[in-house]
Amino acid sequence: MAIWADETTKVVVQGLTGKQGRYYGLRNRAYGTDVVAGTNPKKAGEDVEGVPIYATVKDAVEQAGANASFVIVPPAIAPAAILESAEAGIGLIVCVTEHIPMHEEARTYNRLKRDFPNTRLIGPNCSGIITAGKVNIGFTPNNVAKPGGPVGVVSRSGTLSYQAIYELTQKGIGQTTGVGIGGDPVPGTSFIDCLQAFEADPETKGVLMIGEIGGSQEEEAAEFIKHEMKTTAVVAYIAGVTAPPGRRMGHAGAIVSGNVGTAQGKIEALRDAGASVAENPTQLGDLMAERLAKMI
Amino acid sequence: MDLFEYQGKQYFARFDIPVPNGGVADTVDEAVAHAEHIGYPVVVKAQVQVGGRGKAGGIQLANNADEARLHAGNILGMDIKGHTVRRLWIEEASQIQEEYYASFTLDRSAKLYLGMLSAQGGVEIEQVAAESPQAIARIHINPLDGLTEPACREWVAQAKLNPAATAGTVSILLKLYRAFEDGDADLVEINPLILAQDGRVYALDAKVTLDDAAAYRHEEWQSFGKIISEDERERRAQERGLQYVGLDGSIGIMANGAGLAMSTLDVVNQVGGDAANFLDIGGGSGADVVRAALEVINSDPKVKAIFINVFGGITRGEEVAAGIIEGMQGVELNSPVVVRLDGTNAEEGRAILAANATNMLYVEPTMLDGARKAVALAGGR
Repeated sequence: MAIWADETTKVVVQGLTGKQGRYYGLRNRAYGTDVVAGTNPKKAGEDVEGVPIYATVKDAVEQAGANASFVIVPPAIAPAAILESAEAGIGLIVCVTEHIPMHEEARTYNRLKRDFPNTRLIGPNCSGIITAGKVNIGFTPNNVAKPGGPVGVVSRSGTLSYQAIYELTQKGIGQTTGVGIGGDPVPGTSFIDCLQAFEADPETKGVLMIGEIGGSQEEEAAEFIKHEMKTTAVVAYIAGVTAPPGRRMGHAGAIVSGNVGTAQGKIEALRDAGASVAENPTQLGDLMAERLAKMI
Repeated sequence: MDLFEYQGKQYFARFDIPVPNGGVADTVDEAVAHAEHIGYPVVVKAQVQVGGRGKAGGIQLANNADEARLHAGNILGMDIKGHTVRRLWIEEASQIQEEYYASFTLDRSAKLYLGMLSAQGGVEIEQVAAESPQAIARIHINPLDGLTEPACREWVAQAKLNPAATAGTVSILLKLYRAFEDGDADLVEINPLILAQDGRVYALDAKVTLDDAAAYRHEEWQSFGKIISEDERERRAQERGLQYVGLDGSIGIMANGAGLAMSTLDVVNQVGGDAANFLDIGGGSGADVVRAALEVINSDPKVKAIFINVFGGITRGEEVAAGIIEGMQGVELNSPVVVRLDGTNAEEGRAILAANATNMLYVEPTMLDGARKAVALAGGR
């Protein structure tokens, strides 16, 4: 078991004919991901290393059976690409594109929510989703994850999620699914969405949750952990304890505004909810090992 | 990008939001010329992006040319909380009857837009929110629906403003919403929005944060120019296209990924040091970006040690190591470099680094070890 992506996932890459799309799309295929199609209206009928290119996502769904989309196109056209996939009936859209204007992102999020409530968008500006040993959509390096579970990973930051997965693997702890929800202000999928899915997944016994300064997603997740997480242990890490207020730390969403979004507030909320909170990423593997040992 | 007050007022004017008459001055003579043209009394306002300029003496009333000259001379060059005043905004003095607060921003939690309006303006909204939250009328707006006139009227009614200000405020809020959404701003704020003695309602201040990601579709933003950082190191980083934030410590930092970079600052702090900067060199770590990053960090006189923290993902350890070694060539380093390299093919990468290790290059296996080494080399705080 896993969440949202597994061996039945068939991916269309929107942007496969671009430099980045080709590189990551083919890397994902090398991992074992079933990359069934790419799209480009000007190159329909061609192929990229054997992956057929269709004019539209609709064609990729109808002719190649795609049920998930990997959006890796420039920010100006990414919102339209996401909506094209939703309209074509795609159930899982992973958008890694960074620098989409905030208002476009807010409109896209609310459009999906209103008109395509069953479509899941992961991202934008995220590292993607990996179900260990089965499917990798996005930027996660192919050799860090260890299949078999029992730990799920969810992170706003890409590099910290690879680091966290790697720490687990080093300790001999496998993973179910790792989700990068992204560093933007209006993510399609939130921590809570991931925690809920992991809690419902019988194979996932623990979750590593990696947050950072800015917004109140982590505090909301803490509430959820406190009241709804009955069978899954949560180990968390929050980056940005020493970040100065009012300065944007790389990610568009990583900014402390006034007293909202501080690392300290998030850490306290998570501890109060019963999560173990690591002081640095290196501790994540050990803390999870401790929590898992107590469960058996 | 945060706009200065005068830029915010120019921005508002594009959306027909009424603002006081005024002009920009970089010299005392220009300031006096604007004052003469506008007519006295005028207000001479320091243009800095920091709160508390009034208390610092950066806002003064001038009743004649002599006073305008005196105040402009005093304020130009003034230091306000580390920001040097290089520009003034001269505007007609306002006869204030009442002060309100109005803003639009994104509510990240609700994933909707949030409008806030309060009859208690002219003070920090955070203070109002903490002391009398009921004094702020809030409205959530779905981006798909926008702000309709009836919704806006109802919202204004909730704020219980002076009835004389109602019509003017509704009109301004509808325009302010356009300035927010069509204008591609992350934040638009008027504090204070005033009801003047003569019954006019207008924006006495303007706070605007533009969304840098939308710059590609706003050529008109070029007139605002690049906001030049007060921090020389940040200016250098800007020229080199690096994601850099200057801090006050002695450990220069570079890491691949924003999350890892933030985490690196925290870990350095935990082991008894302070970071000199935040710097994300992005996914790869080719020689060019490492060199550019080293040039900026190395120019910081406070830096006593440099900590390069890389998790090799898609870029393998050997390539990362080669990039760092090549990047270090040609930069005359003032401080030793500690590299922590982990992830894909980390051992091979560390071996390459170790072969090149000198008293200026140290290699450590974990983030914690790397941070400790860097702090030790810098001699603690």
